[in-house]
Amino acid sequence: MAERPRTLVEKIWDGHVVWSEPGAPAILAIDLHLVHEVTSPQAFTGLRERGLKVRKPGQTVATADHSIPTLDPSLPIADELAAKQLRQIEENCREFGIPFHGKGDPARGIVHVIGPELGLTQPGMTIVCGDSHTATHGAFGALAFGIGTSEIEMVLATQTLLQRKPRTFQVRIDGRLQPGVGAKDMILALIARIGIGGGTGHVFEYSGDAIRALSMEERMTVCNMSVEGGARAGLIAPDETTFGYLEGRKFAPRGAAWEEAVARWRALPSDDGATYDRTIVIDGETLEPMVTYGTNPGMGVPVTGRIPSPAEVEPAARADLEHALAYMGLEPGASIAGQKLDVVFIGSCTNGRIEDLRAAASVLRGRRVASGLRVLVVPGSQQVKKQAESEGLHEVFKAAGAEWRESGCSMCIAMNGDQLEPGQYGISTSNRNFEGRQGKGSRTFLASPLTAAASAVTGVVTDPRTLPGITRTTAVEAR
Amino acid sequence: MPEPFVKTSSRVISIPRANIDTDQICPARFLKITDKAGLAEALFFDWRFTPDGERRQPPSFIDEPHNAGRQILLVGDNFGAGSSREHAPWALRAWGIRAILSTGFADIFRGNALKNALLPIVVSPERHAVLLALVAADPDGEWAVDLEAQQVILPGGDAFSFEIDPFARTMILAGTDEIGYVLTKLPAIEAWEAAHPARVDTRSEPAAR
Ligand code: SF4
Repeated sequence: MAERPRTLVEKIWDGHVVWSEPGAPAILAIDLHLVHEVTSPQAFTGLRERGLKVRKPGQTVATADHSIPTLDPSLPIADELAAKQLRQIEENCREFGIPFHGKGDPARGIVHVIGPELGLTQPGMTIVCGDSHTATHGAFGALAFGIGTSEIEMVLATQTLLQRKPRTFQVRIDGRLQPGVGAKDMILALIARIGIGGGTGHVFEYSGDAIRALSMEERMTVCNMSVEGGARAGLIAPDETTFGYLEGRKFAPRGAAWEEAVARWRALPSDDGATYDRTIVIDGETLEPMVTYGTNPGMGVPVTGRIPSPAEVEPAARADLEHALAYMGLEPGASIAGQKLDVVFIGSCTNGRIEDLRAAASVLRGRRVASGLRVLVVPGSQQVKKQAESEGLHEVFKAAGAEWRESGCSMCIAMNGDQLEPGQYGISTSNRNFEGRQGKGSRTFLASPLTAAASAVTGVVTDPRTLPGITRTTAVEAR
Repeated sequence: MPEPFVKTSSRVISIPRANIDTDQICPARFLKITDKAGLAEALFFDWRFTPDGERRQPPSFIDEPHNAGRQILLVGDNFGAGSSREHAPWALRAWGIRAILSTGFADIFRGNALKNALLPIVVSPERHAVLLALVAADPDGEWAVDLEAQQVILPGGDAFSFEIDPFARTMILAGTDEIGYVLTKLPAIEAWEAAHPARVDTRSEPAAR
């Protein structure tokens, strides 16, 4: 019998529907629930009030990343509220039997970095976390999305969620990327094209030669920012690159179970003839390094470009652009390259993985950070930190004049004391340039690790291709 | 247990900006709480106070005395973009907002809002323009939002209907809780689990077999 061709998302969806009845959302089984300190406390309180247990502690894992300091871990936590929050998650996990990677644990890190590196994130799974960047895990061909605290409580209590089936949006990026252009530039270019609400109601599926050529870490960068394009999730079908990354990781299946899993995963990619609700095709050859100039991630231009002026945009967008440029203190029509900087932040769940640090180090090796500039390098996890140190990258950063920290979200969200001062300009490898995101009054340019590192050398927004010796990321060359 | 919500009437606060993100609605430094206390004060905090903590002059719309007690917001497109923090709808509810009208809402925010009986009401761009003009001309007009009838009633008595997820509507009208609903399907969940072994066990490394 010929079955209707299905997309990757439909296959995962169909395989996880526990219950559906007319008029109600489906009850969807959740394979893996990731928990962090900021969005979970009220969910545990709710559970206690109802007298419920965590239904599947073995499908749940917790870490501390958002409010944790990135300074010497032997120091006490100065911020009372953050300290209380960190104590709270530890107690909640102990009480409910959930494995917890807290301060001092070598497996601690940003929730979206540790899931993959532990091998917990696997193709075909449904994965949720009280965090919008859960989309990151879609890089493995998992249906992974962010949820609110009420939904955290739901998953803790039932290991399911009430969900309506999402629409699908194919994002095909063809061709080969030019040297100096990477995953971050691909996703910033997509969002600049469709806008930050462009994917609302949809789930992205990324495909095309330029996507296939990416390493797992680069794929995670792309999928991570799906939510900045309005989509709750963004997936890439699993392939040999995926299996190669996973094999041998701590929680990946072993022996015969590995063979069975790979066989199952090979059936996941969208069938020929499967249809999507929307499609966009982007020519990867023409992409350039991207930098944002405004106060949402859709306000981005190629680093060779100019900051738009309100007169050139459609009338509906004019007031918002004027507002954004006033907040940013930028001249309409000016070149984005050459804009002055106070701080450079390299890290986050978007670009805090080992390949990102290698890319940044490839620029900073033998160079010095511009005088007066503060450069913060924050690994995405303690494992990334350890790996970077074993490769001597920390010495490269320190010799260049950058700070080298413990892992965490850090200046991406500015909850832990790492922040921009009011009015300061930062170039950041994170994912959000919203007003005040990196500290009260902060002004953020989002960019790739290569662009951020090149800008660290000059002290102004800089096209990495103008520094001698820049190719693409080290990982791609190594393959 | 949530209180049932059927209908409210109130004057309107209009913020025509598009893409108002959850970092604006409730800045991240207010997320260090472990309960829901004090969130009304956090609402749109950085629009209301300078980085030095001074109240902005003129005061932000939230702090204008005539806006106190208003329950309906009229905002620009893609409201609630960004972070999944449920602190955003909690802060809006704590301040007193019950319904938000826009041409569009970010997905996660929309879901979170509905779980807190805060109604995200989508209107067409054409209607949105008309509503903005209406508030500008009559800033103190009394509007009504009727969830039961799925209608917004404007000051002159004109009304229009809106779409809302029917399941969420039923839950909010009755003040029913979604976890309670899902727990009634526990046998189905157990049956599914019996047929689908867990993919991982976070408590122990897998054995080779
Ligand atoms: S690094 Fe930033 S975006 Fe990622 S989980 Fe942490 S706060 Fe969220």
